[in-house]
Amino acid sequence: MATRQTQFLARSLLTPAVGLLFIWMIVPLALTLYFSTLHYSLLDPGSESFVGLENFRYFLTDPAFLASLQNTLVLVGSVLGLTILLGIPLALLLDQPVIGRNFVRLMVIAPFFVMPTVSALVWKNLLMHPVSGLFAWLAKVVGLTPVDWFNDVPLFSVILIVAWQWLPFATLILLTALQSLDEEQKEAAEMDGASAVSTFIYITLPHLARPITVVILIETIFLLTVFAEIFVTTGGGPGLQTTNIAFLIYSQALIQFDVGSASAGGLVAVVIANIVAFFLVRIVGRNLEA
Amino acid sequence: MARKSTTQRVVVSTIGAWFFGFLIFFPILWMVLASFKTELEAFAIPPSFLFFHWTTENYATVQERSDYLLHAMNSIIIAGGSTLIALLIAIPAAWSMAFSPTKRTKDILLWMLSTKMMPPVGVLVPIYLIYKTFGLLDSRIGLVFILCLGNLPIVIWMLFTYFKEIPRDILEAARMDGATIGRELVYVLTPMAIPGLASTLLLNLILAWNEAFWTLNLSTSNAAPLTTFIASYSSPEGLFWAKLSAASTLAIAPILVLGWFSQKQLVRGLTFGAVK
Repeated sequence: MATRQTQFLARSLLTPAVGLLFIWMIVPLALTLYFSTLHYSLLDPGSESFVGLENFRYFLTDPAFLASLQNTLVLVGSVLGLTILLGIPLALLLDQPVIGRNFVRLMVIAPFFVMPTVSALVWKNLLMHPVSGLFAWLAKVVGLTPVDWFNDVPLFSVILIVAWQWLPFATLILLTALQSLDEEQKEAAEMDGASAVSTFIYITLPHLARPITVVILIETIFLLTVFAEIFVTTGGGPGLQTTNIAFLIYSQALIQFDVGSASAGGLVAVVIANIVAFFLVRIVGRNLEA
Repeated sequence: MARKSTTQRVVVSTIGAWFFGFLIFFPILWMVLASFKTELEAFAIPPSFLFFHWTTENYATVQERSDYLLHAMNSIIIAGGSTLIALLIAIPAAWSMAFSPTKRTKDILLWMLSTKMMPPVGVLVPIYLIYKTFGLLDSRIGLVFILCLGNLPIVIWMLFTYFKEIPRDILEAARMDGATIGRELVYVLTPMAIPGLASTLLLNLILAWNEAFWTLNLSTSNAAPLTTFIASYSSPEGLFWAKLSAASTLAIAPILVLGWFSQKQLVRGLTFGAVK
């Protein structure tokens, strides 16, 4: 049993971390809340005045907000869909007896370690350039008209880049889960004459339900705040076509210097993320019991 | 044990896996190849895949024109510094929660996790203004501090899940033999915790190295790590693909190697222990 002395020690070891995280969480958030009630522009210092909920009304009724909310949802949804729908067959393939599997796995996981600014710029220039990019050349080889990616389908281009970055994560997690699947169970099903398809539907897929949930929740948290990929490729444009919530708040804060409405937007982003976090914390928390 | 694997099945899945693996890896390979081309060849249509004039001049140019080494050093200091400080704060906390849990330990852990859910844009404005007030914009120390706090919850969580797997019996045996807490820590706990510490260190180095929200927003030149430096290629003049590729290859090479070593821990660390 823990003595009073060790209890005291344990508490004092925990205090620095808890204290720092508490300050880190509460001070900026309190300031954001405070700024969100002010008319506060960095271009016009000294003119700060209390405006109540005016910034929220401005931010939420701004057409840019609805456009960027829609872009955010499309971006998150498409990347989730792509990474999971491609990740499952890829993980199943890598779970097969493959010669040189470790090397293939290294190739598959590699994009996850590439910094976002590098992947975005390499895709934008070397691959997606409408004249000299590799995709344009491939299109010409097979007799198609090259796509001007960032002008014709800007949001889809960003989605492709981000999906490429996150496909390895989904694949690796699903593969890890597949490898922990009880082989005997599958063998027994095969002996009983189950087809490969029904083995997949009735044994493999239920086993993957939990890792898929984890992939969805963790990717969502990161995808809600995609920033660098937009920053270096489109700058949110053309128009508002690739502006997501994160980029909208950034541009209000550091391009238009409107501290008040950027703060209101920041709080909206926090609320959206908290809805997601609520579910993640519950699932991970359940795992903690085990 | 092993399911029967017919030769045909091995051949088909091997070809398939290598094909798709190569496809996913290709953009990185293409970038590395472009870094050894001249600017004209990098831009040329039709592209040359292997039979071009190999040159390393881009690597020299990148260093000469833009002081690549300064930014690489910034990345090392910022990623390394923030990770080490986070470990120093996290080790005692995780140790305490793993070995002297109280009723509130689970709540504290979940609360720590929830701070990671806060989107950085939500606090961009106040952090930017605070940094401006205290002259921390474009400073290494400012970035070390913010990345350290940003990754602290993940560090604590990872360490906690590793520490919890250390068998209690061994600690009790050590205590029975009269070991003090200090000796227990040095001779019993540390050797058993080193694998977990190493993988936590590795994963967080990678996360901090590639972090591209705070680094882009809070640094411009002097303290700019590689993420910000590469971003400066988004508005270039003239032919720049080969130089962009050379700078990018240098920026991702070290972390790619570290990443390949840590892929097992990656799953565990990024899912907070939910998938092992």
